[in-house]
Amino acid sequence: MITPDAEPVIDVGKVAKLARLRLTPDEEALYAEQLARILGFVGQLSEIDVAGLEPMAHAVEVTDVFREDEPGDSLSHEDALVNAPKQDGRCFVVPAILDGK
Amino acid sequence: MVPNKTMTYQTIIGLEVHVQLNTRTKLFCGCPNRFNPDEPNTQTCPVCLGLPGALPVMNRKAYRLGVRTALALNCTIAPFTKWDRKQYFYPDLPKAYQISQFDLPFSSDGWVDVVLPDEGDAEPTHRRVGIIRAHLEEDAGKNVHDESGRGGDSRVDLNRTGTPLVEIVTQPDLRSAAEARTFLQELRLLLLYLGVSDCNMQEGSLRCDANVNVRVHTDDGHEIATPIVEIKNLNSFSSVERAIEHEAERQFAEFQETGRKLGEVPKQTRGWNADRGETTPQREKEEAADYRYFPDPDLVPVTIGAEQVEAMRAELPEPPAARRERFQVDLTPYDAGVIVDQGRAFADYYEAVAHTCEDGKLAANWVTQDVLRELNDRDIEIGTFPIDAETLGTVLAKIAANELTTKSGREVFGVLLERAGVSPADVDDVVEELGLAVVSDTGALEGVIDAAIANPANAKAIAAVREGKQQAVGPMIGQIMKEVKGADAKVVRAMLIERIENG
Repeated sequence: MITPDAEPVIDVGKVAKLARLRLTPDEEALYAEQLARILGFVGQLSEIDVAGLEPMAHAVEVTDVFREDEPGDSLSHEDALVNAPKQDGRCFVVPAILDGK
Repeated sequence: MVPNKTMTYQTIIGLEVHVQLNTRTKLFCGCPNRFNPDEPNTQTCPVCLGLPGALPVMNRKAYRLGVRTALALNCTIAPFTKWDRKQYFYPDLPKAYQISQFDLPFSSDGWVDVVLPDEGDAEPTHRRVGIIRAHLEEDAGKNVHDESGRGGDSRVDLNRTGTPLVEIVTQPDLRSAAEARTFLQELRLLLLYLGVSDCNMQEGSLRCDANVNVRVHTDDGHEIATPIVEIKNLNSFSSVERAIEHEAERQFAEFQETGRKLGEVPKQTRGWNADRGETTPQREKEEAADYRYFPDPDLVPVTIGAEQVEAMRAELPEPPAARRERFQVDLTPYDAGVIVDQGRAFADYYEAVAHTCEDGKLAANWVTQDVLRELNDRDIEIGTFPIDAETLGTVLAKIAANELTTKSGREVFGVLLERAGVSPADVDDVVEELGLAVVSDTGALEGVIDAAIANPANAKAIAAVREGKQQAVGPMIGQIMKEVKGADAKVVRAMLIERIENG
């Protein structure tokens, strides 16, 4: 739990790794400070007394939005692949996934 | 740890089973839900591809099939459920998150009963396997790796992306590789009876991960658990059994070498190499917190009322286990098992035959032998079998009433098999055409029997019978049966002996 007066400690290296971002030490320092400010800002929410209130699972109070199981249009495979950095006309082509196997 | 020859171990197994639901369309879009590896990337849309601005909308049928599945697993259906994003990077997951369920799955706390085969003379063991939860999630696409071993590019087909899956997580209640296999077979049969999935393991409609560790019993009376290993992507019953078998032995050997216990190393993920018959380490599993689950703002929660749940529960078919038990009123456990395990349509067929001929045992003999053999020979399902249940039942009713011998019944069966669209009314016609009706009219038999007794060629046999050798009557029965098609050998034999002895 982050309180507004406590300085949140963020492991920017871990967050960057999970997001697959390669950061320079300067960037790490910059983002550490910016993320701390963001968390501090959001942390103000914990000042509100929510005792006795039902937690919300969604920002809008709407439930049960469904579609029927009816087929719609799909893209052609040419259109599906059009943004791929690399493709072979049938599949997306990516660097080897299993390393050393 | 000093290796100790007297140590024993108990294998502990929990399964995570992924089942593709047989909806027409995907979980969140209208793309077809169809196994189609030959035409990669032809069943995608902006939702599947994770294109900016695309919005998922929940498939009502998928949710209902999920609830149906969970009810059959005796789970509690949550009145309120929501969708969460599970973040990870993999090329088969274009959004970089999978829509799944984290803290509020649509169902939890169920069980499945399985009967484990008896070993030797022991009674079969009944095991109740707890179900922790069943939740809905979307399937990922398919990566095709370069097989050359030169580390070439991988190919990605996103046809499967967004296919609705139910993930079923069991308690660690299974105690051997064979038990895990039996459980999975029973679960698959149950899902097939429910009609929620085709459960085709070759095509990946049913996939299984196994969490395995062992409890080592040391000779000083201690019990020590080894670290849990998750074996990924087991896609056949035999790989489930073999992989767990191997993994338990491997863990026991490793424990004897290192003494490492549960909690001392992070949970490891291993793959199953069927060719080498061993599990091999995969990348370390990311901690659950690293998936950074959070509620998906694109999808609203789903609610269900108790009345709806009860209405859906009332629609459930009789589960295979209950059906096996019911069939055992007339049949041996073995025969009941053979029929039920063939699937719901086959069991329905058996029941209709038994109902028509009013003889469960006779019906079981015919469907498990004659019908099953024809299905295998013709490589067809019961749904396309040429003889419908009422027609076969009519043939069997005649056998049960001694109006047709078993042998003649087979001839009628053979003729009916070659005709299209037969109905019960055809049975009498075929019996008549073949002249197979049992001649129960003893008057018609009497003349032929008397002629046979009068035939000097049979004098020797008749003398033998009079001396008490009743088996000598055999050849004479043959002669008579040849003349009177459809004669019941038992009746002929009785009449012959009676007339010879009193003659």
